[in-house]
Amino acid sequence: MDLTSASINFSIIYPEISLLIAAALILVSVFHKSANRIAPYIALIGIVVSIAMIFKQWGHQESGFFGMITCDSFGVTFKLIFDVTALLSLLIAHRYMISKGINRPEFYALLLISTMGMMVMANTTDLIVIFLGLEIMSVPLYVMAGFAKRSLWSSEAGIKYFIMGAFASSFLLMGIAFIYGASSTTDLRRIVADFHFIMSNSPAYMLTGMALILVGFGFKIGAVPFHSWVPDVYEGAPTPVTAFFSVGPKAAGIAALLRIFIFGFANVMMLSTVFWVLAVLTMSVGNILALKQNNIKRLLAYSSIAHAGYILVALTVGGNDAISAAIFYLVAYIMFNLGAFAVVTLMETRSGCKSDFSELVGLAKVHPYLAAVLTLFMFALAGFPPTAGFFGKFYIFSAAIKSGYIWLAVIGMLNSFLSVYYYLRVVKTSYFDSSDKSFIPVKYSLSIIIVLVITVIGTLGIGLFPQQFLNWSQSALFAFL
Amino acid sequence: MNLDAVIFIISAIVAVLGASMMIFQRNPVMAVLSFMVSLLAQAVLYIQLDALFLGAVLIIVYAGAVLVLFLFVIMLLNLRTTKELGPSSSLMRHLGKYFLSFLLIMEFVFIIKSSFFKGASLVGVMNMKPEGFGTVTSVATLLFTKYLYPFELTSILILVAIVGAVVMARKDKNIDRPTENKLGKN
Amino acid sequence: MISISSYVIVAAVLFGIGTLGVLISRNIIILFMSLELMLNAASLAIIAFSRELNVIDGHVFVFLILAVAAAEAAVGLAMVITLFRNKETLNIDRFNLMKW
Repeated sequence: MDLTSASINFSIIYPEISLLIAAALILVSVFHKSANRIAPYIALIGIVVSIAMIFKQWGHQESGFFGMITCDSFGVTFKLIFDVTALLSLLIAHRYMISKGINRPEFYALLLISTMGMMVMANTTDLIVIFLGLEIMSVPLYVMAGFAKRSLWSSEAGIKYFIMGAFASSFLLMGIAFIYGASSTTDLRRIVADFHFIMSNSPAYMLTGMALILVGFGFKIGAVPFHSWVPDVYEGAPTPVTAFFSVGPKAAGIAALLRIFIFGFANVMMLSTVFWVLAVLTMSVGNILALKQNNIKRLLAYSSIAHAGYILVALTVGGNDAISAAIFYLVAYIMFNLGAFAVVTLMETRSGCKSDFSELVGLAKVHPYLAAVLTLFMFALAGFPPTAGFFGKFYIFSAAIKSGYIWLAVIGMLNSFLSVYYYLRVVKTSYFDSSDKSFIPVKYSLSIIIVLVITVIGTLGIGLFPQQFLNWSQSALFAFL
Repeated sequence: MNLDAVIFIISAIVAVLGASMMIFQRNPVMAVLSFMVSLLAQAVLYIQLDALFLGAVLIIVYAGAVLVLFLFVIMLLNLRTTKELGPSSSLMRHLGKYFLSFLLIMEFVFIIKSSFFKGASLVGVMNMKPEGFGTVTSVATLLFTKYLYPFELTSILILVAIVGAVVMARKDKNIDRPTENKLGKN
Repeated sequence: MISISSYVIVAAVLFGIGTLGVLISRNIIILFMSLELMLNAASLAIIAFSRELNVIDGHVFVFLILAVAAAEAAVGLAMVITLFRNKETLNIDRFNLMKW
């Protein structure tokens, strides 16, 4: 076990570097007249190059930069997840930004750098680097949430997100301070190596540190006692941004949580109880509050809280099965959630439309295909077979049952039955409700069609061939480099 | 009582008092100044803990630059001290919050009191203070070798903060105050 | 010689005051300073631990945290300026278009 591989080997951060170069190019091109038009294409090329680099890294596991980077298959898998998220969000955003008159080239640079921060977070075992990655991810997100400066809703969402994000970061940092005080290092691999010794020496410090780190990440992923900011920020931010941070930061937070709590502090018995309570609270509160929402973005916000709860079930269970189930679920969730947001964005690009339920009335008559696609995503969110959502939940709950968390699985299943109600309400509104207001047709654009095709193929493909996909996610494990 | 203890007690009290005065101020300028006093006291604590370089950096960067930025924004916005700002006078309304913070502090104090400092015997290097602890050389050596990657990451963070600040604060052309019809949800 | 635990207690008290400030303050600028205070408190704790353990790594962390705090302050204040242009107030209770 080589803990401090000092090699400065840039090949392990090529994906990050390509995103960064694309962002830098965009920032340079800001002064050019046609920057608005070329910026999305530069960003697109950056992401595609980054994905190509990730495929070159596939299977190579390496540690470098004095042990600050750990590029194992777990991290590389998450890099791919973040890149796909960024790609889809970019495609969703493009038309929307133009139609709202906020298409500034900086937006794409911020999106790329935020994605890069997520990659940094997932590819390290050092707590300080995780903290810095979190900040690089969050700071652009604050700005992106408030990007529609003329809209009071958007600036309010930005400021609320900022306050909660900075508050969470402080807790995380205090937690890191306590862990550092107890173990004299912030490298999780060293902590794992000496775990029993550290725990017997200063248990109170370790536990306080873990609790504070958990609070910090609880805020970030919107777990329940710390969820109050989620609906407001999701509602106020521009819709493509909401799409991005309903999956991106959440996946990054889950990656960091898995790395810290499943890899680092795996031997603490008390943790699974804490996660059990968090998971049950997050699932139940998210689903119950979603029942009475009349705004689609708010509904999807509460639903994203509930889905974070399902992933917390995997964290409770721990072990390799649960990690692969969590990754499976995350990828599936990215597909159908971004798909649903693409439809909502499409609805909102019509002039003067809000994201209320009433806007959906008549959708099925005017756009039968779009309504069918929306129905597919809602079914997937609710977890019907044969969509990806079903198998995601299936693997998580079966991992829970295998490890003896029967009640947790039962509560989870009851919750997903409950969620069927509000997801089907969306379907019912778009198919069967009628009003005297005529439905304004939506204008498709190429980018949105690409997004819809990818997400539909993803949702159905993962659902129809779950085994192949599970094999893939099972290869994404921690490496002890 | 020796000089070290006296300095510690004075600066600890000043740091805590300055911080509390900051959160109870109505006037934002006074709040910034209270925070600055608290920071100076914290810098004294840093230096007592042999963090000479960081003590200086705290004063130069934090008190000198970040807080001046705060002052600058307050001046720019031409904030008057209005009655509605500052914590609301009703203690009862915030009783739960005061209690929560008090609980947090008490919990920390309890933990620190109860388990200090068994961890100190942990790693072999513990007991000797290395030569040149906390000087510029020692910090910089580590910063540019072992912590090179995090250091480069901060440069990206600052870049993105600059871009974000410019994007947010810039006044777009042909946009003035939002009128009613601009208030629509995006 | 003062024991290091006293320094950590000072840091904990500062952290608590910062938390209280975030919870109760209605002026958004003071709220931001409370957030900065919380980061400062964590830095002080790290410095104290670093001294106790005689490992200098903590000093590097604090150096990095200073950069983070500066970046957060810059972005946050820029957002305050935008918001103030729109709303003409810094009272956090007025930001209530959506229920908090």
